[in-house]
Amino acid sequence: MSEPLINASGLCLERGGRQLLSNFELQVGSGELVLIEGANGSGKTTLLRSLAGLSELGQAGTITRNCEQLLYLGHKFGIKLQLSPAENLHWFCHSQGLDPAGINSALDRVGLYGYEDVLCQSLSAGQQRRVNLARLYLSSGGLWLLDEPFTAIDRDGVKALTQTLIDQVAGGGSVVLTSHQDLPLDVPLRRVILGATA
Amino acid sequence: MWSFFHKLGSPPWMYRISGSILSWLLPLTLLLLAVGSIWGLLYAPADFRQGNSFRIIYFHVPASVVALAAYYVMAIAGAVSLIWKMKMAEVAMKSCAPIGAALTFLGLISGAVWGKPTWGTWWVWDARITSMLILFFLYLGVVALYQAYENKAAAAKACAVLSLVGTVNIPIIYKSVDWWYSLHQPATIKFTEESTMHSDMLQPLLLMILAFYCLFTCSLLLNMRSELLRQGAGTNWVREQVLARRGTKGATDAV
Amino acid sequence: MKTAPLLPFLRASLRRQLLLAYRRPVDTVNPLLFFLLVVTLFPLGIGPDPSQLSEFAPGILWIVALLASLMAAEGMFRSDYEDGSLEQLLLSPQPLYLSALSYVFAHWLLTGLPLTLISPLFAMMLQLPAEALPVLLASMALGTAVLSLLGSIGAALTVSLKRGGMLISLIIMPLYIPVLIFGSSAVRFAVFGNDSQPQLLLIAGMLSLAIALAPFAIAAGLRISVDAG
Repeated sequence: MSEPLINASGLCLERGGRQLLSNFELQVGSGELVLIEGANGSGKTTLLRSLAGLSELGQAGTITRNCEQLLYLGHKFGIKLQLSPAENLHWFCHSQGLDPAGINSALDRVGLYGYEDVLCQSLSAGQQRRVNLARLYLSSGGLWLLDEPFTAIDRDGVKALTQTLIDQVAGGGSVVLTSHQDLPLDVPLRRVILGATA
Repeated sequence: MWSFFHKLGSPPWMYRISGSILSWLLPLTLLLLAVGSIWGLLYAPADFRQGNSFRIIYFHVPASVVALAAYYVMAIAGAVSLIWKMKMAEVAMKSCAPIGAALTFLGLISGAVWGKPTWGTWWVWDARITSMLILFFLYLGVVALYQAYENKAAAAKACAVLSLVGTVNIPIIYKSVDWWYSLHQPATIKFTEESTMHSDMLQPLLLMILAFYCLFTCSLLLNMRSELLRQGAGTNWVREQVLARRGTKGATDAV
Repeated sequence: MKTAPLLPFLRASLRRQLLLAYRRPVDTVNPLLFFLLVVTLFPLGIGPDPSQLSEFAPGILWIVALLASLMAAEGMFRSDYEDGSLEQLLLSPQPLYLSALSYVFAHWLLTGLPLTLISPLFAMMLQLPAEALPVLLASMALGTAVLSLLGSIGAALTVSLKRGGMLISLIIMPLYIPVLIFGSSAVRFAVFGNDSQPQLLLIAGMLSLAIALAPFAIAAGLRISVDAG
């Protein structure tokens, strides 16, 4: 295996006066799918945010990122309700340095064909989630950090998303995700369980 | 050099060192304050124009000078905490704000008390007092911002940024208020531009300024110590401190 | 990190801000209505005497502009914080300094510029002599840009807080004072036929300083706020 895409060593996380992780080690190489599990409040979200570089408060240890492209999808969808899906993704592409030419096909793949120009406020919660997930089809390769990507998605959507994760991993990218449900397809994955030592 | 930096970042070390500094600095401060006050209030000659009422400058001027200096101490501590992520600098910055606000308040109150016999009114929109008032607001802003954050680590960083912004602005604010005052200057006596002070008056003033700097340092250290204890609640070194304190009270106290 | 083309990003950011404002015009119109309302209050409070009004007009116009700008600044990052767009912005490979500047520029286009353009109307209502209008326009255009830059520092630092509205006034208002002093005095000088170029130049100087430094504070504030949330 070549150099890991992301390497966290000696990571200690503290939030609200509570020690969530101490001396945590995680290396994610290319082609790996890592599922982070743990009870509510065990620090899954904080860990993902730390890996993304959004959270530095109460963090000790080192995180080195070695990836061209990093995509983080959190609890918040990052979608403007007053903009259409296409407009939302347009800004996203420019901000992440991605090619906006793929927007239509990405929306097509999440089942939003025909909704490109409808304002997001008229979409259902699940459809808004799909706009959020359409980002995955715009940025293949690199590292994906996905926080609970399966919430608010119907059963077919979960299957399609899982297939996307498999494709991403097969294409040399890697995925770190948190989820409360098991993946529906048989995927070779590595489980990391948080809170086992506490 | 680096080992010193590391020690500076360690709460138990800082707690111990600040304790030993305070053991001599606190008496020294009290002595300076007592000597300066007695000298200034009783022995310095009265001003030929204002009589005895001028003596309040022995509190007003030191409080104002140190209040402004405290803002810079706070901002420098804030910058250090942001750049080198040094915990101790955060503690210093956080502890500095209320002291600075109190000193500024003292400066404002003593200015008002001074204004009554001098101008015949408690409040005058004089350049220096107005700047002082704005400095007071700047301090209150930092304190309020710190209080508003639930996450105290974020609060410290936010306050560090705000105090740095304030540092850039203070000279601009002071200059603009000076300019504003010179434009609207009323025809009454130009009183804050002191004529050259007689050295008999100046010497106690300098002593009082020194005393106020010491007072500020003492308050800062005391405030930092209590903050260190609060943040370290539950850690071993704090437990040791508490146990040691109990031990000195005698064996009658059951643990 | 991959380098991403910068200019298209800045253009897309600006376009997005303007599009959002276009879809929600109340946010843009409210500060202007606020301006109008407060300007109306002054004659009711201090009397309709034209000479008195015209004496106070420069100060009133500037104080109200200051409050209107502050009010608009408060919500600047609010929705982006709440819906998570801010997280994406922080993760973007684009320099946050420039992203912050593009936000401020959009904010100025949507509040400072309309306030400037509408100020002659309010100046008439307050009996400000017409000779002072060019200086009023110039000082407003420059001054509101400084206000936008300073206000967004406050907005960035308080966006994660529940009760940020009152707090932002407390932390930012003192910083507005130099703009108020020079802005209103520029207009007052113009009323008396004096040269107000020095004040305008001073405001321009403050603007350059603010453009150079404020985005760093905004960027730091946004990082802290996203982290604290």
